[in-house]
Amino acid sequence: MSKLRIENLTKIFGDNQNEALHLIHEGKDKREILKETGATIGVNQATFDVKEGEIFVIMGLSGSGKSTLVRMLNRLIEPTSGNIYIDEENISTMDKKALREVRRKKISMVFQNFGLFPHRTILENTEYGLEVQGIDKRERQKKAEAALDNASLLPYKDQYPNQLSGGMQQRVGLARALANDPDILLMDEAFSALDPLIRRDMQDELIEMQKTMNKTIIFITHDLNESLRLGDRIAIMKDGEVVQVGTGQEILTNPANDYVKRFVEDIDRTKVYTAEHIMEEPAALSDEQEKPANILRVMDENNMNNILVVDNKERLIGYVTREDVEKLHKHGQENISEIIKKDVPEIEPDVLVDDLFDVVHETRTPIVITNDQSEIEGIIVRSNVIGAMTTDNEYDAIDSDEKVTDTKEEEDHE
Amino acid sequence: MSSLLDLLPQLPISQGMTKLIDWITVHFSSLFDALENVGTKVMEFMTSSLLLIPPLIFILLVVILAYFVSDKRYGLPFFAGIGLLYIQNQNLWGNMMNTLTLIIVASILSIIIGVPLGILMAKSSTAQKIIQPILDFMQTMPAFVYLIPAVSFFGIGMVPGVFASVIFALPPIVRFTNLGIRQVPEEMVEAADSFGSTGWQKLYKVELPNAQSTIMAGVNQTVLLALSMVVTASMIGAPGLGTNVLTALQRGQVGSGFVSGFALVVLAIIIDRILQNVNKKHRE
Repeated sequence: MSKLRIENLTKIFGDNQNEALHLIHEGKDKREILKETGATIGVNQATFDVKEGEIFVIMGLSGSGKSTLVRMLNRLIEPTSGNIYIDEENISTMDKKALREVRRKKISMVFQNFGLFPHRTILENTEYGLEVQGIDKRERQKKAEAALDNASLLPYKDQYPNQLSGGMQQRVGLARALANDPDILLMDEAFSALDPLIRRDMQDELIEMQKTMNKTIIFITHDLNESLRLGDRIAIMKDGEVVQVGTGQEILTNPANDYVKRFVEDIDRTKVYTAEHIMEEPAALSDEQEKPANILRVMDENNMNNILVVDNKERLIGYVTREDVEKLHKHGQENISEIIKKDVPEIEPDVLVDDLFDVVHETRTPIVITNDQSEIEGIIVRSNVIGAMTTDNEYDAIDSDEKVTDTKEEEDHE
Repeated sequence: MSSLLDLLPQLPISQGMTKLIDWITVHFSSLFDALENVGTKVMEFMTSSLLLIPPLIFILLVVILAYFVSDKRYGLPFFAGIGLLYIQNQNLWGNMMNTLTLIIVASILSIIIGVPLGILMAKSSTAQKIIQPILDFMQTMPAFVYLIPAVSFFGIGMVPGVFASVIFALPPIVRFTNLGIRQVPEEMVEAADSFGSTGWQKLYKVELPNAQSTIMAGVNQTVLLALSMVVTASMIGAPGLGTNVLTALQRGQVGSGFVSGFALVVLAIIIDRILQNVNKKHRE
């Protein structure tokens, strides 16, 4: 369900706004309009909707209009034209009082340089949002303390912002934004002022927190890696326009235009793609009741050196090697359960390719991707992982023969 | 060329101004009289109350205050003690209290008028465009000129002295308040707005506290300017240390002029340092 929706949201700075707006509708771009009217286009007819509970990243370089766009969502900057809907309620036409209510109850903001009040203690900062609502002191302090406790900041509550490190200050910024329990969290370059290690920690914390609190988060950043890490979906902005909206994988695999393409070129895909994205169907599986003779035939047909064994519900048991099956067959034994090896690396579908390198390096068998019920979803061999690292996505097109050969090489290795 | 300029007769600006002031004097005379009466009574009461405190006790209180605001250092309290003893020793105690009253009343009035004006200026660029040149005018016009309408309105004495001092001392507090509020970081203002603060909440909870040290610097300036008006104001009969300086000037008494002038310096330094230290403490 869409939580927040914007329609043709436009911001023009400077004089001649009407004329500029007219030119926008004619489809002229930022540069032409500046030349003709002297007006600067901040945001040009942005349209998208944000689903409840998702982290929606707005990504763009400086000057792309992302900060202006996010400030229009709570009308810190008044839109020149267009509409903003939160829960299908039009924010852009609200009077001041109604807008204040929305800001107090529904939407909070976290700032790049934290925006903490230096003359207030951490607790007083955190309770600010509740204080302006006129909630009485005891209750608001209780809520603020709970918010601080959540962020493990309670011991610092009587300190002043300048006594804390940048990372800590931003945790306070986040706790303050969460204290009045808003539905929507606007985060404007919230981690950009932090040093890289702290930044990563904060990203992890945000992802972790989001699992339990399930807010709708709109996150602004100029950092593509950050957007890919955090964003359920990403909107890419350039010159005030939203040029593409999609998941990280969609943007990497299907860039909407050359700008996006050039942008995503240098991205380390292994940090975006998950196992699910690069896995393939196993060429064949064997049932645990299968006779060695049949297994050998299937292996021959598919040119395999080992084969995964599943139970009658398609759940993974392990694998058998050609060598062992042949031995068994020679001795005339029918039951393969004795020779099933269990050392198959088993992972979940959402593991990042980046985390697969070690696994794929150490294993002699394919990596098996299983779901919650232990059912096999697919397998990954070394060539899949290498394919994911290339910028073009031809590994999707590798034909199955080649894969089988690869698989074999894989297994011959060791 | 000069004949061309001669074609334009001299504009009757001087007459116009005189007429305007006369008109105001006549039409608002009852208001001015009332202000004069009340003002004089209040200030006389203040001076006599200050004089009720025995000099030694007063000096001791100032020294203690100086000791605490200067973070328990000895320099300022020592200077304040010696300085005030000097004033007492030179028989200027009563005059000093008159001067102090004038400064306090003029400063308080300047702050009461100036801070809201500064806020208005910070909030509205139109107001800023209008007030800015008026402030420039007030600061550059020679202070003696204010004495003339002051006398027309209030006669001679303490009240016209305060009137002239307020006009002279008002600009810095207005400017500093405006500056202080405009200097509050954008992000902080946005944070206040984003949580749904009303205009007043934003002003009281965020902008004024953050502008406080700048506003205090303005207060400091205003107080010192009020002090510097003391001698000028004595020309229209405002009692105090300025009167002694003026008399000394008129009679060519170098020694007496120095003694009173130095008393003013002492007073200025004590007030300035105490205010500065209070401001510094606030900032921490």
